[in-house]
Amino acid sequence: MAMVESKSVIYRKLAAHAFLWFFLALIIFPLLMVIAISFRTGNFAVGDIIPSNPTLDHWRLALGMSIIDEAGRTIPPPFPVLLWLWNSVKVAVISAILIVALSTTCAYAFARLRFSGRSLLLKAMLIFQMFPAVLALVAYYALFSRITEYFPPLGLNTHPGLIFAYLGGIALHVWTIKGYFETIDKSLEESAMLDGASPWQAFRLILLPLSVPILAVVFILAFITAITEYPVASILLQDEAKLTLAVGSQYYLNPQEYKWGDFAAAAVMSGLPITLVFLLAQRWLVGGLTAGGVKG
Amino acid sequence: MAVTTGLIEGAGTSATHWLKWIVLGLIALINLYAVTLMYIQGETVFALVFLILVATGLYVFAAERAYVHRYIFPGVATMFIFIVFPLAYTIWIAFTNYSASNILTFERARHYHLSQTYRIEGQNYDFSLYAAGTEAYRLALTAKTGERFISEPVELRVPDAKAQPPAATAPIEIDLTAIDTPPDQPPLAVKELVRLRGVMQNVVAHLPDHSDLRMSGMRQFAATRPLFQVLPSAQGGDGLILVNQQTKERIAPDMRLGFYRQLNAEGEFTGPGIAPGFSVFVGWKNFLRVLTDPGVQGPFLQIFGWTLTFSFLSVVFTLAIGTVLASLVQWEGLAGRGLYRLLLILPYAVPAFISILVFRGLFNQNFGEINLLLSQVFGIRPGWFNDPTLARTMLLIVNTWLGYPYMMILCMGLLKAIPADLYEASAMDGSNFIRDFFSITLPILMKPLTPLLIASFAFNFNNFVLVQLLTQGRPDIIGAQTPAGTTDLLVTYTYRIAFEGSGQDYGLASAIATLIFIMVGILALINIKLMRVDR
Repeated sequence: MAMVESKSVIYRKLAAHAFLWFFLALIIFPLLMVIAISFRTGNFAVGDIIPSNPTLDHWRLALGMSIIDEAGRTIPPPFPVLLWLWNSVKVAVISAILIVALSTTCAYAFARLRFSGRSLLLKAMLIFQMFPAVLALVAYYALFSRITEYFPPLGLNTHPGLIFAYLGGIALHVWTIKGYFETIDKSLEESAMLDGASPWQAFRLILLPLSVPILAVVFILAFITAITEYPVASILLQDEAKLTLAVGSQYYLNPQEYKWGDFAAAAVMSGLPITLVFLLAQRWLVGGLTAGGVKG
Repeated sequence: MAVTTGLIEGAGTSATHWLKWIVLGLIALINLYAVTLMYIQGETVFALVFLILVATGLYVFAAERAYVHRYIFPGVATMFIFIVFPLAYTIWIAFTNYSASNILTFERARHYHLSQTYRIEGQNYDFSLYAAGTEAYRLALTAKTGERFISEPVELRVPDAKAQPPAATAPIEIDLTAIDTPPDQPPLAVKELVRLRGVMQNVVAHLPDHSDLRMSGMRQFAATRPLFQVLPSAQGGDGLILVNQQTKERIAPDMRLGFYRQLNAEGEFTGPGIAPGFSVFVGWKNFLRVLTDPGVQGPFLQIFGWTLTFSFLSVVFTLAIGTVLASLVQWEGLAGRGLYRLLLILPYAVPAFISILVFRGLFNQNFGEINLLLSQVFGIRPGWFNDPTLARTMLLIVNTWLGYPYMMILCMGLLKAIPADLYEASAMDGSNFIRDFFSITLPILMKPLTPLLIASFAFNFNNFVLVQLLTQGRPDIIGAQTPAGTTDLLVTYTYRIAFEGSGQDYGLASAIATLIFIMVGILALINIKLMRVDR
């Protein structure tokens, strides 16, 4: 429909731009505010969007350096943010790797092999993943306090225990990977099996190399889920040095000791990398995020 | 050539074959030991679950027939441990009185009572320690009569206070023998004794006459005896009744309350429960409390109502904003669509735990930037965290901010699928874009969106992180028996009952969680039905 744009279309476009910019201003305001606050002097002072006398003190504290205030006192960093970030990244990377490994092998069996209870298990997985872990926190706590008694390295207040707990959430990933496997032609594997390859070899040497894209998507999804997970981590971890970022961050806004400026710096520092990972990966992720709901 | 490789392979598989059986056998033995240990401790449920898991695992990896199941076992087993079992266990707890005061199993509570001791008056011994190498000491006791006893060197190590998990406090058994003269060296100074005090409290000294002594003061040991003993069956004991050796009172476990209680002469329970309690089945009591006890039922219904309102409004708001933005961004003629799209997704890309905390700071009544703006423009400073209505409004604002990009992404995908000729046809009929939106776009979107909207409703129904990080459920409901707030959702309410304050009523929390399971289950079933119809 090639035609000259009428006046009304031009007005409509202008209105759309105006609306979008107004809306964006509202939406982005909190994020810009935090960046400004992280450079503002003090933890209470209220000021303008662009700080009048910017300071790097909050950033120094966030990076684990001590600062010296006007009175000459040395102020140590209030919380080990970098350590928390490292804990989060460690837990998220290891659990994402294990989740990819577990869900790929599962998905392979569901997509290619025939066995008893296959469709029942698939359906059960779909139903059970609807119940969030947060509903069973009491059971999680009881379960892990028992594990602590018999095998402390995997119990309460340990990172391996937390990673172990995160491995429960693979149902959706199994479905995603299974869907992808089913789009790959079977004939390659079948001919390899005819030549004497075992199912494991067919899976490991033929199917896996073809599935790298979906494995990357699942890895990033699992990584982001783990790094932003709050409820389970908040009941399993206790020591300040063991907390993940998601659990630790809230201590900055304790009403008794309100560290708004320090929080802003820590939030920008730790939130930025995660946000960037998400934005870079979003084109692939969007498919994976919606697939779980749409496909059945 | 082929033959040799075959032979080598044969040898290899036979060796790995043996290795596999040895490893499996070892795993079986170790786990059998662990299961037995759990069973003895009274942890029947955990022992059973563990046994089933290990047995299935061993079968799957041992039997040739279960080859295919080896691929799914690890994944399915973790799902079983961390999704199915916690669900089932939560329902189980809902029928018990498991709580901070009744946290032990019966076996452990009994063991606790039986390990209690009391001091026998008049049998005091002065003690001193003599250094015997690094962290090793000899314990010397002197009776009032002048009798002296001494031990071999024993290691007494002050535990590292920061050690995780805390060092075990098992009793340290020390045997003493009689001597005539004290050792030929100065005893440890009081300062050292103070340092070792913590360890010394775990020491049980055995004299040659078989009496047990424990530390009773900074310089003294005293004879102790178990406080409770099982009533012998000759005196009518059934193995459950314990006798207090000091007062001769009888106590027995009350299996309805989960406490040991005193028995009167007729063998009936009297008096309050003796801590620590143990967990027992209480039937539907927790559910009845939720449904009938005014102190629990009132807040529960209020919170339930708010949870429904919150989830419904969150879906409506995010959907409304999401569809409008998606239609705008999908508009081919609009310049800079890519940039708009990227910026509009930003709230979704920032980790929720960070943006929620950012809003907590921005909405702060005195130091928050939002109130700063409002007071400059309108001269008002609303108490976002103190007024129930404002706090709820704030939750909805923040949740819409967090949630609209998801709806936008979903709608953008679905909009692409709407054929353009539909709009062209309606343009012929002289329709405008607003009518197009309501008569073409929205009706076509709704069908594939419905299951996703239900999922979104279920998600917001259980939106724990938002409430916990933003308001923690506050402001509190006045007159509630349990910790309950006006902005609490059912999930945060159960969390607070279970983990906040001194009550820690896991049983009640699990009963409410079970009710939520039922509701989420219904939503899940509806959703699966809808998706079936869709296909």
